[in-house]
Amino acid sequence: MSSTAHAHAPGQAPEAASPLLEIRALEKHFALSGDFLEQLKFKKGRIVREQQHVHAINGVDLEIRRGEALCVVGESGCGKSTVARTVMGLLHPSAGEIHYDGQRIDDLSHKALMPYRRRMQMIFQNPYASLNPRMTIQQTLEEPIRLHHPDWSAQRIKEQVAEVMSSVGIAADWGARYGHEFSGGQRQRIAIARALAVDPEFIVADEPISALDVSIQAQVLNLLMEAQQQRNLTYLFITHDLAVVEHFGTRVAVMYLGRVCEVAPTATLFAKPRHPYTQALMSAIPRLEDDRPQHIRLEGEVPTPVNLPSGCVFHGRCPHADARCRREIPGLIATADGGQVACHAVEEGRID
Amino acid sequence: MALLDVNHLDVRFALRRGDVQALRDVSFSLERGERLGIVGESGAGKSVAAFSLLNLIAKPGYIAGGSIHFDGRDLTQMSDRALRHVRGHRMSMIFQDPMMTLNPVLSIGEQMVECLKAHRRISTREARAIALRKLEQVQIPSPAARLDQYPHELSGGMRQRVIIAIALLLDPDIIIADEPTTALDVTIQAEIMALLLELCEKHNVGLILITHDLGVVSQVTQRMLVMYAGRVIEQGPTREIINDPQHPYTQGLINALPQMATPGSRLNQIPGSMPSLDNLPSGCAFHPRCGFVERADGTTRRACIDEVPGFVTSGNCRVACHMVAEMLERERIPAEEIRR
Repeated sequence: MSSTAHAHAPGQAPEAASPLLEIRALEKHFALSGDFLEQLKFKKGRIVREQQHVHAINGVDLEIRRGEALCVVGESGCGKSTVARTVMGLLHPSAGEIHYDGQRIDDLSHKALMPYRRRMQMIFQNPYASLNPRMTIQQTLEEPIRLHHPDWSAQRIKEQVAEVMSSVGIAADWGARYGHEFSGGQRQRIAIARALAVDPEFIVADEPISALDVSIQAQVLNLLMEAQQQRNLTYLFITHDLAVVEHFGTRVAVMYLGRVCEVAPTATLFAKPRHPYTQALMSAIPRLEDDRPQHIRLEGEVPTPVNLPSGCVFHGRCPHADARCRREIPGLIATADGGQVACHAVEEGRID
Repeated sequence: MALLDVNHLDVRFALRRGDVQALRDVSFSLERGERLGIVGESGAGKSVAAFSLLNLIAKPGYIAGGSIHFDGRDLTQMSDRALRHVRGHRMSMIFQDPMMTLNPVLSIGEQMVECLKAHRRISTREARAIALRKLEQVQIPSPAARLDQYPHELSGGMRQRVIIAIALLLDPDIIIADEPTTALDVTIQAEIMALLLELCEKHNVGLILITHDLGVVSQVTQRMLVMYAGRVIEQGPTREIINDPQHPYTQGLINALPQMATPGSRLNQIPGSMPSLDNLPSGCAFHPRCGFVERADGTTRRACIDEVPGFVTSGNCRVACHMVAEMLERERIPAEEIRR
């Protein structure tokens, strides 16, 4: 495979090009209350129907530019994995749109989505769960190619598998073995090879190194960066590890309770986090140096996404919240240094 | 003598295909009120080390040799009955997953009272009063109401606070915390670690913190051990090891952290992965992954391949590495000549 296969159309500068992926006002709710009969409750002498939802994503707007690695960070329950799965079409959005390369893809039929599925691939968190234990590594890597290129000869598929195996550093003799024979880091390498097997241009990686040991994390991150350079890949990288983001990300989106609170180029975000939540999150990273800045302690914990707070989702824990924050949901506003932040206090200049 | 003194501890697991040695020759000590970190990757033996301190190794595991002296008495020689007095009372443990540690069918109060009554002859009323005081110490909002709540009603961070309260119930001398914050989010982790640190300092409680997170170790502990494939390979004051690691593995671990490289550049990875304990390489277990087996002049350091390295002292640290030993040897001779 040549790395130019997915290069931009001639004469089109990457900056000027439209974003590869655009997420507009995306929402995803999960029903909590079961089916129709389970929703019926007897209250005050009457039968009423009660429905509860987990509001996993509540209006997310994001765009991913060609060739960049957009990192989405946040704590558990902030909706970052739901964003990844919705983008991949593994979940259907409750509202909002997803556009890939100019084409809306969230409403496409299964069949119409197939060409996009080849162009976008996913790497999951747990390499112990994401490899089929009954398939050899060869079969695992051949399967996506067979599916997307039904016209390819057995020989051509074999060549493609061999090429992808060598590019991620898998020895040829691994092919005949099964997933359980490998360590976590080796399995994640295989999972990456499987994603690369169909020559995708866009990869969604959901916590791909969280389950791995420190020395193995570095190996896998290096591999992902090499693949990006060689194949001109675009990443949507989901993680909770800010140190990884600082190293890997082109831009960062910070999520809290289903909303994006800040998006900025990585260097800008780490040099000067604007949103109070981003500031608290960054101050909580355990660092090696002894003279660390004082950790900003947040009051309370993340509220439940079942009954969302009014106004800004962060107002209950924010040291700068006022009446407007409790009332009005802040939208993303552009900042002078190229980022976007959703915070009334920043907008009003109450904090800088 | 130190409060806790572990000497040449060997732990094995008797499997059908033969014994697997999970810990080899592990020695360390802990003074009263001291905080010690045990660092390593999965399979290094750090949890086995922690569990064996209280003889909590489940069959087929057993302590095959060595001693664990606590307050002058050898825990490995103690009867179960005598050990029960130490467990939870003089030494208590905090486990990784707060959901698995608490009993889901007992209220928080019942679990705390149960623990107190197992060790002390006191009334339920008194026990509840102590429990309430401990919940206040761990800064749980509305502690009185929590006593009658069940674990599922609390968030992960709250549960870990309750577990810390339980660990502190009987005013232990040492708390062993096995990855206490790994299951928690980073902002919650920072709060729990700050709390644990504050309580240990205030009550002069020793802490043995098992973790894979070098950042956490560096902020909480005074001394640390680095483990690899069932052995301690480096130990000493935390700051010295973090700032100037001697063992190539410790150096590799620290250099592999993303914050040690310029953003976007290639990370300094350690090649390969930790060997399995039933199939250790000869000599130094790290030698197949080590960049120092070959000397700068191209010759091979045979000792790395043939001999298990013993400890050498470098500064205030003890390091098990042939390369470090050789370097120290080379430095020592001129130093002595100057003295003469």
